[in-house]
Amino acid sequence: MSSTSYLIKNVRILGGEATDVLLEAGVVAAIGVGLDAPGAEVVDAEGLVALPGLVDLHTHLREPGREDAETVETGTRAAAMGGFTAVHAMANTDPVADTAGVVEQVHRLGREAGYCDVYAVGAVTVGLKGERLAELGAMADSAARVRVFSDDGHCVSDPLLMRRALEYVKAFDGVIAQHAQDPRLTEGAQMNESELSGRLGLAGWPAVAEEAIIARDCLLTAHVGSRLHVCHVSTAGSVEIVRDAKSKGWNVTAEACPHHLLLTDELAATYNPIYKVNPPLRSAADVEALRAGLADGTIDIVATDHAPHPHEDKDCEWAAAAFGMLGLETALSIVQHTMVDTGLLDWAGVAERMSAAPARIGQVADHGHPIEVGAPANITLYDPAATRTIDAAESASLSRNTPYAGMELPGRIEATFLRGRPTVLDGKLWEGTA
Amino acid sequence: MKRHLLSAADLTRDDAELVLTTAAELRSLADRPIKKLPALRGRTVVNLFFEDSTRTRISFEAAAKRLSADVINFAAKGSSLSKGESLKDTALTLEAMGADAVVIRHSASGAPHRLAHSGWVRSSVVNAGDGTHEHPTQALLDAFTLWRHLGESKPSGLEGRRVAIVGDVLHSRVARSNALLLQTLGVDVTLVGPPTLLPVGVESWGVETSYDLDAVLPKADAVMMLRVQRERMQGGFFPTPREYSRRYGLDGRRMATLQDHTIVMHPGPMVRGMEITADVADSDRSVIVEQVTNGVAVRMAVLYLLLGGSESENNE
Amino acid sequence: MPAAPSADQQGRTDRVVLDARDIGRALTRISHEILERNKGASDLVLLGIPRRGVPLAHRIASRISAVEEYDVPVGSLDVTMYRDDLRMKPARTLLHTEIPGDGIDGKVVVLVDDVLFSGRTIRAALDTLNDVGRPRAVQLAVLVDRGHRELPIRADFVGKNLPTSLAERVSVRLAEIDDDGGVDSVSIEGTREDSA
Repeated sequence: MSSTSYLIKNVRILGGEATDVLLEAGVVAAIGVGLDAPGAEVVDAEGLVALPGLVDLHTHLREPGREDAETVETGTRAAAMGGFTAVHAMANTDPVADTAGVVEQVHRLGREAGYCDVYAVGAVTVGLKGERLAELGAMADSAARVRVFSDDGHCVSDPLLMRRALEYVKAFDGVIAQHAQDPRLTEGAQMNESELSGRLGLAGWPAVAEEAIIARDCLLTAHVGSRLHVCHVSTAGSVEIVRDAKSKGWNVTAEACPHHLLLTDELAATYNPIYKVNPPLRSAADVEALRAGLADGTIDIVATDHAPHPHEDKDCEWAAAAFGMLGLETALSIVQHTMVDTGLLDWAGVAERMSAAPARIGQVADHGHPIEVGAPANITLYDPAATRTIDAAESASLSRNTPYAGMELPGRIEATFLRGRPTVLDGKLWEGTA
Repeated sequence: MKRHLLSAADLTRDDAELVLTTAAELRSLADRPIKKLPALRGRTVVNLFFEDSTRTRISFEAAAKRLSADVINFAAKGSSLSKGESLKDTALTLEAMGADAVVIRHSASGAPHRLAHSGWVRSSVVNAGDGTHEHPTQALLDAFTLWRHLGESKPSGLEGRRVAIVGDVLHSRVARSNALLLQTLGVDVTLVGPPTLLPVGVESWGVETSYDLDAVLPKADAVMMLRVQRERMQGGFFPTPREYSRRYGLDGRRMATLQDHTIVMHPGPMVRGMEITADVADSDRSVIVEQVTNGVAVRMAVLYLLLGGSESENNE
Repeated sequence: MPAAPSADQQGRTDRVVLDARDIGRALTRISHEILERNKGASDLVLLGIPRRGVPLAHRIASRISAVEEYDVPVGSLDVTMYRDDLRMKPARTLLHTEIPGDGIDGKVVVLVDDVLFSGRTIRAALDTLNDVGRPRAVQLAVLVDRGHRELPIRADFVGKNLPTSLAERVSVRLAEIDDDGGVDSVSIEGTREDSA
């Protein structure tokens, strides 16, 4: 392992005054103007913003099972390129991450890849089938130390099963991350239910199918005194329900995805499945409500729901296509575009919602710390003044299903440091990483 | 006209009237001893049917053949939805065969749109029915039939006429295309059905809606009955077929409340006894058989207008 | 006498070569020639080629019936789908075809058009007739023959032979169709070849 130290010159921590930051032996060794560190690699960070390394609570790495779409290695390379130092890998792999064995495999592959820390999310129910609880305790006690459990991709729709899951994880301070989607109300659903879905002849996905589950789960969480995390909130009504639950002091957290902060259901009119995602893109009013909820803290975090799919699963008819879109490499740019450039969040707010809060919810000890002396040297250097045109072919992911291809987005990740070592430097993957 | 016919919304009023007047000329040619016209000689039309529909396929086939086009029928059993050959690979095959037009029927809404806009083929694409989205040539033949029965000498004579479209609007591509096209032609459209079978947001379509068939019938100049598919009966959209028929079926009693000139239409295939009774279907008001005849003329007009001239530079 | 040429500054000229009276006389002469050639009107059918051939066919028919006290069947024959230049322009609008009730089998069909030029329209008309029926004979009447044939086709009855250059355009206006005061005329538009 390299023991190089890095002196980051003239960086603006959370957008503040320019200063120098010295990374040494995996921690932040010093912060101050005009630092001198003989032997350290100097990184000129003039004009760059330093953020604590980003943490994604919602990533699909596809390994094991769909290595044609993504592997832990390619997924974590994409994560590093997006400024992430930790990701939570969702359980809907093949086999499903519903046993200690599978979660430990994912955890180990992440460590080997070395581009970012990988934390396994465990399935709530065996095989994501929603019938009986998986061995949540065994996963929690495994080397992977699972704390977040989710059947993401499927809703734990049985109210009794959901209640039991919420109760059971209290034993090891776990959290249930619910994919809120009433299965009956969304049978065959293809896009947001709206006037447009009626015209396009695509089966509608009503907001109430999400909101009814969130409302029920908030009530269950309060009833059993547990912890609920709501995945990918997509409607104004959902924001309202979460806001109400929080106002009552219930232990509920929520996430919003970058694409739901920017894109609307109008894109379905192209019938291009690159815009097909679960939950679906919603209306402009929903987008506004999500931004407001993220700004006022009702929505705690931004999570990418990075969902790689091979080309053939998107290069087809809408109804035949897979749900999901890439998100890791563009998340921070979308957040800048929708939240920072609009004045809704400052960089401290971004650090809270993309690093500190997701680390807290996922109980990840090594991540999400403020950039201060002694903290783990997980840092992202970001150039908010840059602009880039998204080219799907340039993605570090194995897949190409980005909905932003051709769009000009602000900002660029210049460097990502994981425990003091660069995973990305000068905007490129650092080949010394692996 | 645009290069493709994917939606009835692709047609301006001028386009729609041109299709109808062209169809009128072509229909009169059907009385000639030699029905074949040379306009599309050397052109290849592919009927790409991912969904069984013998009547629509033979209608397009007859239309293309009467214009002297070479016709290739491609019945793709099971679409990529059921993990057969993908739409894209099928499209690439057709492109390699040199298809000038692809007439596509598909169970997935938007499949013709994908075919036209994904760069897989260069040919013109004609939507012959996609999922629960649209069926624009059916709407054109319905408009043509309406014009012949109700309109004056020109298609613009349909302005202000009232047409009731009755039944399962939610799942009906025929209803969607008709609602768009008939409005383009100035027709007042009323969609009638139980609330469960009217789409969300239908109030923004610019049409009237009603849950009460009896109130609508006396004002209508034409009544278009939609098929109620068997699988809808299991979907809980209405309690029983009997209750549906009682509230939304067209029977002799209801037919008696129509104005003298009012015609009864049905895109077929009918479920006799469900949405329409036999005495209505076989009555003098019924133009259901004529709709089929008109279908060939209208599809000839569409194929001629899309393929009969130079290749459009408009590659939208 | 042709009217005086009017020339604009680019040297373009529009000159009227037949006025309404000239056209009337030409049609009368054609009508008589048709009758003479066919020894009466009993099995004649006049088919005008849209658009301007159709009113011309009707005018000839009324002149014939005035002489013969017999109504000659008149119809129109659209040749669009049989043209050899369909692929060179966006799809053309179809024009009206109307074959008289008794059809054309065994009849003498006189095709009527306003201007005979390359001959391609008449070639298309002959192909069209082939699919409509089997006339005993087909003859051609035109108001103006401007020359420049590209096919071995000639007219049986000509109102006026009009030598033109390829750069010129022959414009026929008829009261039934051209909505500008209801005056018939044939004029030549375009660059005048002074050497001619």
